[in-house]
Amino acid sequence: MNVLLSGDTNLDFFIEGFHKFELFGQTLYITTTHICLSIVFVILIVFSIIANRAIKKADPTKPPKGFVNVLELLVEAVDNMLVDTMGPKHGPRFANYIGSLFALLLLCNLSGLLGLRPPTADFGVTFPLALISWFMIQYNGIKHQKLGKLKSLFEPVFLFFPINVISELSTPISMSLRLFGNMFSGTIMMSLIYGLLRVGSVSLAVAWPAALHAYLDVFAGALQAYVFAMLTMVFVSNQIGDET
Amino acid sequence: MSGISSEAFVLGCSAIGAGLAVIAGIGPGVGQGIAAGYAASAVGRNPGAKGSIMSTMLLGQAVAETTGLYGFTVALLLMFLKPLMP
Repeated sequence: MNVLLSGDTNLDFFIEGFHKFELFGQTLYITTTHICLSIVFVILIVFSIIANRAIKKADPTKPPKGFVNVLELLVEAVDNMLVDTMGPKHGPRFANYIGSLFALLLLCNLSGLLGLRPPTADFGVTFPLALISWFMIQYNGIKHQKLGKLKSLFEPVFLFFPINVISELSTPISMSLRLFGNMFSGTIMMSLIYGLLRVGSVSLAVAWPAALHAYLDVFAGALQAYVFAMLTMVFVSNQIGDET
Repeated sequence: MSGISSEAFVLGCSAIGAGLAVIAGIGPGVGQGIAAGYAASAVGRNPGAKGSIMSTMLLGQAVAETTGLYGFTVALLLMFLKPLMP
């Protein structure tokens, strides 16, 4: 029983249950995913509170410096990304969702660096996130295209209706499996490396797994967080259509 | 086939199936290579647009990767959940 990935001599990249309880006749577990996700939430909440205080204290008449400058950089990066992909009219409306989604996914994916099991390497985390995105995509499609949304299911001819429905329904599955597969493969490879490097009771994992962490956690994690947010934006702006 | 229990047989066949499933990795490998090659030639033609070419390439590669990840998921299910086990 260990939260840390490399904490045991056995290979453990699976989700472990820590505490078992009964609810409505079902046996449920508090797992590594819950714990790691809670740690990420605490980090995000503390960061938000500190950021909020810093912004409230800042003097709007003077140029920003220090921490407030970094915060403006982050907010501007998210805003620019949205305006670039979704246009200046609709883009900024989605800054709340895309910004918080990106921050959550980035921290979740990077939590592998601390030796935690990344919460995104659990299909139970990525699938609900993809479902939220999918409902937002469909809601915007119905809101902006009205009946055209229904009509687009029958294009180019009537017979294509089942194929169009399947392609709509496969969006959340492919989005969630993409994130899950990337993070889980990274987790498996890191735990294999940590398990491999053991001679007797001495671990030889001194410095060189750091290079693999740099690729599997930092590069792949940041890229997948970006891709998830980017795909949400692209799908939503496809549904909104040309009216700018 | 005496001396082999049915569990061991199914386990071995599941391992072979998992190995065959990750052959799906060939497709995304080729696709990502093609995307990277065209991105390189695009940067050569228009070096000013390097940033947007880069982000488009990475997005396309991530989408192309999905089919490979389906194979990977099938391999994982066969290896660790053992759905064929009697």
